Amino acid sequence: MKETSSAIRDGLGVGIAVGLSGVAFGAAAVTAGLTVAQACVLSLLAFTGASQFALVGAAAGGGSLLAAAAGAVLLGGRNSLYGLRLADLLKVRGARRLVAAHGVIDESTAVAMAQPTPEAARVGFVTTAATIYVMWNLSTLLGALGTAFLGDPAVLGIDVVGPAAFLAILWPRLAASGELRRLALAGAGLALLGSLVLPAGVPVLLSAVAVLPAVLR
Amino acid sequence: MTLWWSIALVCAGCYALKLAGLAAPRRVLEHPRVRRFAELVPVALLAALIAVQMFTHEGRLTFDAARTAGLAAAVAALLLRAPFLVILLVAAAVTALVRGFVG
Repeated sequence: MKETSSAIRDGLGVGIAVGLSGVAFGAAAVTAGLTVAQACVLSLLAFTGASQFALVGAAAGGGSLLAAAAGAVLLGGRNSLYGLRLADLLKVRGARRLVAAHGVIDESTAVAMAQPTPEAARVGFVTTAATIYVMWNLSTLLGALGTAFLGDPAVLGIDVVGPAAFLAILWPRLAASGELRRLALAGAGLALLGSLVLPAGVPVLLSAVAVLPAVLR
Repeated sequence: MTLWWSIALVCAGCYALKLAGLAAPRRVLEHPRVRRFAELVPVALLAALIAVQMFTHEGRLTFDAARTAGLAAAVAALLLRAPFLVILLVAAAVTALVRGFVG
């Protein structure tokens, strides 16, 4: 019992804090030229922050939308790994699995994995996913509507929010491993070089090449 | 491709990937190379996104002092273990401030 109430607390804390940053996504989306409806559909149906910011950032750069979408989907590949790890804990089937799948994101996985018992892990997963979903979508709407009424969002420094979000997601992995720091530098370098000669959107995809030496070794 | 189509593609693709992890045959995703690829690709992509969104504009390298100051502030916030939302707010506020003063 104590474990489950602690899992609920964890889920609510993480869910509210991270869910509120939907304001930043809504603002970034409208700044990039998306409509309020398009920003909200992404938060409702894609519901995975890094991919959403990636698509929006590329739309702002005015590059190939197909390459931008491919990059955003590739970023979502880590959720497959999370699902793989969560499958044994959640043990969901049928319609419940279809719903649970939508909640498989960085934060819900992190909270579930941090719990001491399988029961607490399930409670932590559901609490985190549900809290973030509600907060993220409400705050996306608020951020998008607010920005739609502003004259020049660049004044608010919203163009740095996407990169700052990516850095925050990346940070724990960079702090933990020198190999990942080198990989990140290689990916960034490839993308910068690529952006001198390739159409916008493609250089980010090109950075995936940086993982090949480590994967094929 | 229109913006709506790219949004539909991202929504469908992201959901399919989430479901794949929960539902797909375990053997496929447990292959060590697939696993390693899925672990490493986000690191390269996120780093590339940071670099491109920070330092390029329409196929040229650029340097925006205000945005760079904002990202540096985000690094400081990360080192101080600030929560996610605080990191984003600090980055945007510093960018806005520097832009206001430097122009």
